[in-house]
This record gives sequence, structure tokens and C-alpha cells, in this order.
Amino acid sequence: MNEFQEKKVKLKWYEPKKTYDVIIIGGGGHGLSTAYYLASRHNITNVAVLERKYIGGGNSGRNTTVIRANYGIPEAVRFYQQSVDLYKTLEDETERWIMHKQKGILWMAHSEAAVRQETARAKVNRAFGAKTDFVTPKEIKEICPQIDLSGGGVWPVMGATYHHEGATARHDRVNWALAEGANKRGVHIHQRTAVIDLIKKGDRVVGVQTTSGPMYANVVMSAVGGHVTGLAKMAGLRLPIRTHPLQAYVTNHYELKFNPIVASTSLLFYVSQTARGEMLLGAEIDRQPSYSYRSGHHLIQNCSFRAITLLPFLRKLRILRQWTGVCDMSPDYSPIMGKTGVDGFLITTGWGTWGFKAIPAGGKNMAELIATCKTPDMIAPFSIDRFANDRTKADRGSAGTH
Amino acid sequence: MSLQITCPHCGRRPIEEYVYGEVPMVPEEITDPDEWDIDRAFMMHNTEGVQREAWFHLYGCRRWVYLHRDTATNQIEKIE
Repeated sequence: MNEFQEKKVKLKWYEPKKTYDVIIIGGGGHGLSTAYYLASRHNITNVAVLERKYIGGGNSGRNTTVIRANYGIPEAVRFYQQSVDLYKTLEDETERWIMHKQKGILWMAHSEAAVRQETARAKVNRAFGAKTDFVTPKEIKEICPQIDLSGGGVWPVMGATYHHEGATARHDRVNWALAEGANKRGVHIHQRTAVIDLIKKGDRVVGVQTTSGPMYANVVMSAVGGHVTGLAKMAGLRLPIRTHPLQAYVTNHYELKFNPIVASTSLLFYVSQTARGEMLLGAEIDRQPSYSYRSGHHLIQNCSFRAITLLPFLRKLRILRQWTGVCDMSPDYSPIMGKTGVDGFLITTGWGTWGFKAIPAGGKNMAELIATCKTPDMIAPFSIDRFANDRTKADRGSAGTH
Repeated sequence: MSLQITCPHCGRRPIEEYVYGEVPMVPEEITDPDEWDIDRAFMMHNTEGVQREAWFHLYGCRRWVYLHRDTATNQIEKIE
């Protein structure tokens, strides 16, 4: 696929029906991907995706588009590796150019402790199918010549892990490709349709009350980001989720090619180059929970300062745009997927700052769960009852920066 | 985030001087001791609206300040 084979995205808008087999709340990456895999793999097409605003307008349109599988725990490495593999074939499958580009990720270590941690990461990754190697400073310089290995004299680079299959893709295009793929197989997508309440019959969720009237379904799935706590409350659930804002920004055009994605856990930032040549920077979540989309100068100042210690060329660039998304953070930095204990109500949440890379695998496994009523082994460790069962999946490699 | 919090002891100070702390509360309807523990350890109110929260004035008077903050807009309604 490339830009010369492009056709307009064809989406058909249907009138809402009274009943569906499956209703998916949230028309972001995970919701659309679940609909897509339901339709394409399981032939379940009587599906509605409900979106409060417009599809891919939440965190699916605000993330920093990194695709990787270099996580810290076996279950996560396995799951995200499936996603990395699915992303590679998504272009051919949907016949849409999603601008998928394999770049490789360098994950810096600035201390002996970090070297040990990164070595461990490489070994766990290798053992569970992700291609990650520990590289020396000399090799880092070959992969990314722009790096100042002395780290401004304060953060010397002592090594890094290099994740070969690290990639980026255009987030909007991923959403549209999945939406179109689901739509042409008969899935209804309803934009500007907010869910006001869940309709319950006894203990079972049987439908949703929306701004365009009630709709009934056998299965209702929540793929809501950020505002998920309010929705779960309608089903009588309490979630281990706290909503934090996450900010990111891009600079103006950098003339040279900056190939890999560079991240540093100690310096708390990651940087990559977009297809337009802009440098895309992101850092940690805001410490206080909030649903506000307000961005601030505080982050730009701190993050730029840290990024420049490692990549001095950034100081010559100017910041063009900044934006914020609200992330549903789980306490162990792992997602929450699967059955909820409420009949007829499934959930996929806790995607925090690592949701984009999981879009195909998350959707594929949730679709399998809906189609077969059996939780696939791949996502069984991430069920919501892991908190009550003392099986939390604390993952230090989950988010790049905290 | 509004960029300043008025500390009752120190006056208006930038937000970076404070550390956020939550006031965990288990809903009254949870009476089973095991469920209470799980809720206390993991579950969040995650209120979208005004909530009471604690901020520790780390780089100031090192005392706790209680705020009523609207999490949807970041407006601080009341300071205790």
C-alpha cells in the first residue's frame, strides 16, 4: 500500500435499529477494532458502534502512535507481540494505507541499575517472542547518530535495549481503516450518539439508553476511554481506574531523517519523527486526576529540557502544537479486558497511555470472547477479577515514562 | 490545571510545589470485610465533578491542604 493507491474512505450511515446482536460503546480504536474483527473473523455483523462525538476523536486521535511489544512481563509481551504482528498485515487486509513504518525503538539506560533493568527486559522479550537486544553505546550511535552519548554530561548513556519491531502508524488512518472494514461488512456506526444509561433486566444488561432512543442487544461492550468510570457505575461496577491527562507536542520540521524512536525511563520522555518530519515528544501523565483537556506550559518546559540533554539538535526547533488526552490509568499499568461479573456487559479499559499499540490484538481477542463466550488465553490474565484474586500484573515496561 | 493553589499557611503558590494525594473512601454499602479491603486497595471513585482531595505542600509548609476541585474543569471551589 502507498499514497498513490488511495481511495476515499467509504462509510455508510444507517438509521439506528431497535435491536442488535452486539452494541459497542465507544467508537475509538478498540471499539472499531472489535467490530472489525467480529465482522471479518466471526461473521457477526449485526453490530452497532456508538460514539458520543466522532469516531477516533478521543485518545485514538491523540496518542503518539508508537507500536511496540517490549514490555516487562510475559503475559504482556505475548499480547503486544500479537498486536505488532497484526499491525504489519493490517494494510493488506483492509486495503488502506495506514502509514505503518517499522523504525525500531531505543530504550536508554543511564545508570547501572537501568542497565540491569534493560538487560532483563531484553531477555524477557526474547523469551516470549519480541525481538529486543541490548546494545552498547557504540551501536546506539550507529542506529541514531544524533544522540549525545554523554547526556549533557549529566545523563551518560551506558547502553540501551533496541526493539527491532518498534513502529509507528497514522492513528486516524488506523481508525478509518477499521471503521470502513467493519462498515462494509454491515456494522452500523452511530456518531453523535451518547449513551445516557444502561438498560438492565434483573442483573443483566440488555441494552443502552442513548440520545437517539433505546437500543437492545445480547452483549453490550464498553470500549470507552477516560470517562469509563461513569459508564461502569451505570452497570453497578466499581473500577480500579483513575483518569489522568496526558500531554504531547510536536515541533516544526526537522530537515534530517531521525529514524528510530528514542525513549528514556530515567529522563521521562520519548521522541519520534512523524511522516511530515515533525519531532513528536511525549512525557509522563499529569500527576493529578482530571478530565480536563487543558494543556500547560509546565510540561513543554520540563520535557523539552530533558529531551535536549540527550538530543541536543532539538534545541533549534520550535514547538508547533500541543494537545492533551484523558487516560484511564489502572493501578498496575496493565489493561483490563473481558467479562465483568455483570451478565451481558463486557469491558475493555485501563488502556492508559498504551492503548494505540494494542488496538488490533485487543479488538481481535474481545471479538473472540464475544463470539465464543470464552475468554481467550491471551487476555485471561488481564481480567478485572485479578485485583480481588491478588494476581495484579504490575508492568514496569508498560508505559515508557513512569 | 489552574496553576496556583492558595495554601492557608503560605498563600498562593504554583502547583509544582504540591504533591497530589487522594482521600480514599469506600462506599457505605460495601460491608463485607474482604470486599472492603479490595475496594480500599484498588477501586477508585474517579469522580467527574467536584471532589475533596488532599494536596501535600512539599516545597512549602509541608502540611496537607484540602481542596474541593472540579475534575472536569480544574476549578478549585473551596480550600479547607
